[in-house]
Amino acid sequence: MSALLEVKNLQVRVEDREILHGLSLTVNKGEVHAIMGPNGSGKSTLSHVIAGKPGYEVTGGEILFKGEDLLEMSPDERAAKGVFLAFQYPVEIPGVATMTFLRTALNAQRKARGETELSTPDFLKKVREVAASLNIPQDMLRRGVNVGFSGGEKKRNEVLQMALFQPSLCILDEMDSGLDIDALRIAADGVNALRSSDRAMVVITHYQRLLNYIVPDYVHVMSKGRVVKSGGKELALELEESGYAQFEEQAA
Amino acid sequence: MPAELETVERVRRIDVDQYRYGFETIIESEKAPKGLSEDTVRFISEKKNEPAWMLEWRLEAFRRWQTMQEPTWARVDYPKIDYQDLYYYAAPKKKPELASLDEVDPEILKTYEKLGIPLREQEILAGVVRPEGERRVAVDAVFDSVSVATTFQKELKQAGVIFMPISEAIREHPDLVKKYLGSVVPTSDNFFATLNSAVFSDGSFVYVPPGVRCPMELSTYFRINERNTGQFERTLIIADKGAYVSYLEGCTAPQRDENQLHAAVVELVAHDDAEIKYSTVQNWYPGNSEGKGGVYNFVTKRGDCRGRNSKISWTQVETGSAITWKYPSCILRGDNSRGEFYSIAISNGYQQVDSGTKMIHLGKNTTSRIISKGIAAGKSQNTYRGLVSAHRKALGARNFTACDSLLIGDKCGAHTVPYVEAKNASALFEHEATTSKISEDVLFYCVQRGLSQEEAVGLVVNGFVKDVLQQLPMEFAVEAQKLISISLEGSVG
Ligand SMILES: Nc1ncnc2c1ncn2[C@@H]1O[C@H](COP(=O)(O)OP(=O)(O)OP(=O)(O)O)[C@@H](O)[C@H]1O
Ligand SMILES: [Mg+2]
Repeated sequence: MSALLEVKNLQVRVEDREILHGLSLTVNKGEVHAIMGPNGSGKSTLSHVIAGKPGYEVTGGEILFKGEDLLEMSPDERAAKGVFLAFQYPVEIPGVATMTFLRTALNAQRKARGETELSTPDFLKKVREVAASLNIPQDMLRRGVNVGFSGGEKKRNEVLQMALFQPSLCILDEMDSGLDIDALRIAADGVNALRSSDRAMVVITHYQRLLNYIVPDYVHVMSKGRVVKSGGKELALELEESGYAQFEEQAA
Repeated sequence: MPAELETVERVRRIDVDQYRYGFETIIESEKAPKGLSEDTVRFISEKKNEPAWMLEWRLEAFRRWQTMQEPTWARVDYPKIDYQDLYYYAAPKKKPELASLDEVDPEILKTYEKLGIPLREQEILAGVVRPEGERRVAVDAVFDSVSVATTFQKELKQAGVIFMPISEAIREHPDLVKKYLGSVVPTSDNFFATLNSAVFSDGSFVYVPPGVRCPMELSTYFRINERNTGQFERTLIIADKGAYVSYLEGCTAPQRDENQLHAAVVELVAHDDAEIKYSTVQNWYPGNSEGKGGVYNFVTKRGDCRGRNSKISWTQVETGSAITWKYPSCILRGDNSRGEFYSIAISNGYQQVDSGTKMIHLGKNTTSRIISKGIAAGKSQNTYRGLVSAHRKALGARNFTACDSLLIGDKCGAHTVPYVEAKNASALFEHEATTSKISEDVLFYCVQRGLSQEEAVGLVVNGFVKDVLQQLPMEFAVEAQKLISISLEGSVG
């Protein structure tokens, strides 16, 4: 059985500056991995490259997803194949109702997989269920995508989409930033509800607190574009104690 | 880049196929000789069996036109038009006759399909000819608009609404036509309008009597029937006291025409307490990948809010034509009258759009509202040009203008040219304008959720123009939405 995601010796440049210098990471189905690391260490960059954001030049290494070459696929193909990125900064799309967006996206993914479109009643039923479980009011779904949403609402909207699309790989980039304690718990419950033996999660965070709610199987420390240490969930506690200083030298 | 290439390729193929279908088969004897002279004008008038007064009206316009200069102030650039090298009258253009949809260019069919046009209607638009007997049945049974049209005609007649080709109205309702024709856009108005007055081929005439609310949108009927009205269209719509009418012009299906120059005139008259809502979707051929060919669309559209509390509302979705020169305007003559202009103008490839509106406040407490959404992609240029003016006596005039431009890519341009003239101190004019580039982050967000790049652009743009789309009649808005996405295909590489 091959891993769900295999990042091998990945080297990435942005505008002639190398940001990732040979990063490797293996994620199997059913696992939850946490990635921690100081600001600017390349966490978001890694998530963007996995999702296929333009503007990054991969100069070395490879990424396999379900055994296939991910870097050969367009970002929408990756999404249809089950790659989901919950953004650190979800964007606003004025004039496009959230409901319309969810439906368009879900159907685009289904179509790409050769599945039939969901009927309107089935779709509505599904969205309402998920929204209710995340404490998202119906009127929010009628508003423009993320337009005028609070920071917490934006993050919940990301989890809503994750629940709706049922991806096999969820990358959560600082899902906890800007969330108050209650919102964090609700969002984390939403994420936990999606944990399954068919699915893996990569949780990027700065804080141990999130990992109390979403308990990881593995923790990786990133510094200056590399994974410098991996361990179990206790590694996060250790970091909380001692900070990143010890790794900074290591990476240099 | 592949998407762009594909579009280029598609356009090229359609071009070639148009010729294969033989646009050269127009019956020669039905054509006026090339060029424009008094004889051409007489020829047209005679072909239409017009009364003497109409011929005189045309001739006067023609004489005037000879003294006029083509305007050059718009931000459009095109080779000089040789007016003596054009045909001014041809019998209704013969569409290539095809036996079935199998013979139609699959690319055209794909567009129809994307627009969600019903099969039978696709056949009619593409010019498929059914055997005589079969055709009637098919049209009546399958394609509503035509059979509905007959039913509609009856209902309209009962309501007292006159709705017919203007050529018929000239013969059947000469008093109404004489009274109103040229009363909003005088024959001397501008170069293109004067040309139209001399040589207009046909168009529609609508008269809604006092107190009558036109029982239906004058729309579905049109989609089919308007195709062949030719290059110099003339439309006249009158809403008498307290009347209401909503009129829809155009078609979302691609319209191809070998006539390069289109110079239409539309006149609207709203009397006391009357309301006219005029919606347009324009999708003429925009030209090929190098910007060659394509329709030049020089239109004069003007509404006269002649009576108190009258209202005229223009809504337009402009996606086609190589060059668009178009400023639907309102003359707010009656006290408390209101003018509205809602516009979506999309330009892609080498298209040039110079469009906007004029709100001329003459009466007291007149109000106007302008919402313009310009979207420029490819190497196109998109200009909003607007004038809001308040006359000395237009006490309490109010205007609100919002012009938003969206740029896709970095080879296109969006320009806003607003003119404001207030001749009295009580006028209150507000103007807001924004220009933004379509955001890479927003597009990436969409594709990360499974939308293709083109779907993402379509979605974002539809969000951008939502306020205007909402002004369109319901069933039409859905089509317009799809059309917007289609017209932006290939705009992102
Ligand atoms: N488009 C870009 N152009 C130039 N530099 C970039 C670009 N994107 C990222 N970088 C640089 O790459 C490095 C890694 O950035 P990245 O956003 O991946 O860090 P991060 O680990 O997610 O940080 P944070 O914890 O603050 O979110 C930073 O030094 C950043 O400035
Ligand atoms: Mg980050």
